[in-house]
Amino acid sequence: MSGILTLDLALAACISSLLASLLPALFTSGNILRTLLCLLLSVTGLLAIAAGITGLMEGGGALTLPLGLPWLPIHLRLDALGAFFLLLIGSLLLPVAIYSQGYLRGVTRLAPLAVFLPLFVFGMLGVVLADDAFSFMLLWEVMSLASYFLVTFEHQHAENRKAGFFYLLMAHMAGLLILGSFAVLYAASGSFEFATMRQAAISPFWAAIAFLLAGLGFGTKAGVVPLHGWLPDAHPVAPSNVSALMSGIMLKVAIFGFIRVVWDLMGPGDFQWWWGTLVLAAGSSSAVTGVLLALQQNDVKRLLAYSSIENIGIILIGLGLGMLLARYGHPTLAALGLIAALYHSINHALFKGLLFMGAGAVLHSFGSRDMESMGGLIHRMPWTAVFFLVACLSISGLPPFNGFVSEWLIFQSALMAPQLGGALLTAMVPFSAAMLALAGALAAACFVKVFGVVFLGHARSNAAAHAHEVDNWMKLGMAIPVVLCLALGLLPVLFIPLMDAVPQTLLDISLTGAVHAHGWLWLTPVDVSHASYSAPAALAGMLALGCVAFIFLHPRGESIRRSVLWSCGNPHTHARMQYSASSFSQPLRRILVGIYQPEEHIHNEKNRHKLLTRKVHFTSLVRDIAVQKLYQPIAEFVLSLAKRLDRQHQTGIHTYLAYTFYTILFLLALLSFKQAVAHYHLPSLMQAASAI
Amino acid sequence: MSAALIQQLVDGLAALMLLTSFALLAQHRMLSVLNWFAAQGVLLAVTAAVVAYGTDNNELYISAVMTFLLKGLLLPWLLWRVIRELHVHREVEPLMNTTLTMLVALGVTLFAFHIIQPIEKISQLMTRDSMAIATACVLLGMLMMITRRKAITQVVGFLAVENSLFFAAIGSTNGMPLVVEIGIAFDVLIAALIFGLFFFQIRDTFDSLEVDAMNAHLIHGDDEE
Repeated sequence: MSGILTLDLALAACISSLLASLLPALFTSGNILRTLLCLLLSVTGLLAIAAGITGLMEGGGALTLPLGLPWLPIHLRLDALGAFFLLLIGSLLLPVAIYSQGYLRGVTRLAPLAVFLPLFVFGMLGVVLADDAFSFMLLWEVMSLASYFLVTFEHQHAENRKAGFFYLLMAHMAGLLILGSFAVLYAASGSFEFATMRQAAISPFWAAIAFLLAGLGFGTKAGVVPLHGWLPDAHPVAPSNVSALMSGIMLKVAIFGFIRVVWDLMGPGDFQWWWGTLVLAAGSSSAVTGVLLALQQNDVKRLLAYSSIENIGIILIGLGLGMLLARYGHPTLAALGLIAALYHSINHALFKGLLFMGAGAVLHSFGSRDMESMGGLIHRMPWTAVFFLVACLSISGLPPFNGFVSEWLIFQSALMAPQLGGALLTAMVPFSAAMLALAGALAAACFVKVFGVVFLGHARSNAAAHAHEVDNWMKLGMAIPVVLCLALGLLPVLFIPLMDAVPQTLLDISLTGAVHAHGWLWLTPVDVSHASYSAPAALAGMLALGCVAFIFLHPRGESIRRSVLWSCGNPHTHARMQYSASSFSQPLRRILVGIYQPEEHIHNEKNRHKLLTRKVHFTSLVRDIAVQKLYQPIAEFVLSLAKRLDRQHQTGIHTYLAYTFYTILFLLALLSFKQAVAHYHLPSLMQAASAI
Repeated sequence: MSAALIQQLVDGLAALMLLTSFALLAQHRMLSVLNWFAAQGVLLAVTAAVVAYGTDNNELYISAVMTFLLKGLLLPWLLWRVIRELHVHREVEPLMNTTLTMLVALGVTLFAFHIIQPIEKISQLMTRDSMAIATACVLLGMLMMITRRKAITQVVGFLAVENSLFFAAIGSTNGMPLVVEIGIAFDVLIAALIFGLFFFQIRDTFDSLEVDAMNAHLIHGDDEE
């Protein structure tokens, strides 16, 4: 009975999001529309959280809706994996909905957003619940198309339309690849239903094809390097609350799709040795490339988008380790890798959602995404600054926040991995762990840059000096993920048993015993002799150290002295004396010049004599090499092909008539050929056979 | 008359149909194209009358009379009027030289006979042999549309295709119901009128009735390279 109730909660979430998308038909007043939209989305979020938690604790249920194609009703099912992702969706949707109440105030043209934002949410909820390939693809496309309209919400700027088109193109390519992988599974099982696909046996060759198609398709949607080209363009131009959902949830839905197809529909029994290696390689390259490019961005939302690529890479490293370990018969460690990947998924949803909301708050009060003109916002926007700092600490993987826990778990599963077959695999696991460590360090540098340039120091522009704090709705929206980040960081021991249902269904193995072996305080994956971590203890230690340091540095009676920032002993300071966003990342740009290949130009403006320099102009541009070297040649090739086809189209009526003529001749020839085969050759062949 | 004789007659008329189709392709002057087109229409009417006599189908007589009036007289006269009023060049301007066109037409005819072979084996109709010729004539009409430059010759090609289809209908089913015949005849008439109207309009717009001139205009109109 409880299973049905859980699914009902999930269905209620879907229905409330659908209702929200109908709102603009009923209400034209901006304020009422906005309030109801945010209310219904919050309700959707709450219902999704409730469904997720009950689904993880008590198991879900299945339901067949009499909708869709006549011979193919829509099958819905809530299993542990789906429930976990429902929880993930809900836990970010709720704060974003509250945040939107403040963020969308003053948006004049609300109707498109009010239609497509709930549809987007509906699509994501539906993908998680779908239990047959047809409804999965249908809802997947609802999600993709709705998000396209959200990306091009501010379509008056040509840049946004271009980013939207790029996104639509890549989303369709991804959809096609995913469809291909379902087609292979359909051919092997003879049914669109996931239940049949799970049981069907599939030959290794076709399993590999399905894996590659699914990997490429979901990888494109998740933004895995080098399929990420659309992501840094599309995420910054969407409204910030949408960016938070896209980066926080939609990329995770792609990860969900990958797990669903590869781990669930095909299963660990079908894994081949190179699958995990490939996923590990893709994850490592995404993690490092994403963070390296993030470091060089000066547009705050673009930087966050690149950082999303990095985090998807981290999640994939966890998944890849899990796949390798499952293939070589270490189910406990594989479950650890899977749990780590899932843990990082929900962590990233929370802190990246929070970061995008913070960036949106800055954008809202400041009006630009360019970091070079920000600075000193901690004085104007103290709340936002604190929330943003927590997100920065979390994403940098520092204890006691949640990012540390998931990255630590991934490290554990990499470090505990025993010798696997072959030299390549033996090298691959430590290599990916090293890449993960490098990415972690660079991510920390990257977020020091973001926080330092945006919030610390002097205001670099007049607008920054007159920024104002955001309203209470937005503050509340940002406060919820902060609390959750801290909770997930402090209490992994309570949270992992909840997630444990996922490896239980996918791998038939439970981590609860191992995790709980040493009480609620210590997180001990697998074995206490290897490693253990206690977040509360770490927090207590850090607090104690901090208090000691404070008392030591500030003896009683001595007040804290405030003086001019960034002065370096010079009484006359100027905002341009500070580190700028590009100067902060200059050392890395210099060290990794071979990777970045920056285009730097220095131009001296002379003043009459060649030794008297009046002005120096310096520009530095770091391009995304993948986009330049991979996407542009393809785009040019397709364009030239299209141009040739276009010329064919303009040749005139005679050519068209000739095409018709040739087609008729061809079809007639085909007909007579078939008849010839049917009437003459078969009997003569049979005669010949009987003669023998 | 015996059935065998009628069949002989229909086959003979079919052969003449094929002859007219080839003749249409071979002409160099617009006026003789129209003459041959008129001849084809008359042949069609005669065929309809013969089949009507052979099958005792009175409706086919009406259709024969209509065919004679419409395709033998009215349409050729309309097209002739267009040529005269618009001072169209009297030459047929082929895109492909006539000898080559005739060779291709020969190949197309052989092809048509080849593909119709299995159908003739199973048909019980007295006019079944004419099916291959009708198919060949359809293809020859299309060939004419492809290889001639003037818009009027293209229209003649189109009407020749329509004639062949009518011939095939008589050949394969002993004529369609009268209502359908009348409908089609009316359609063709309307089409011819519309073509005529278009010719005047096109001449006014492009100062030419050559399809290439229109193409050139269209291509240069929106080609921005």
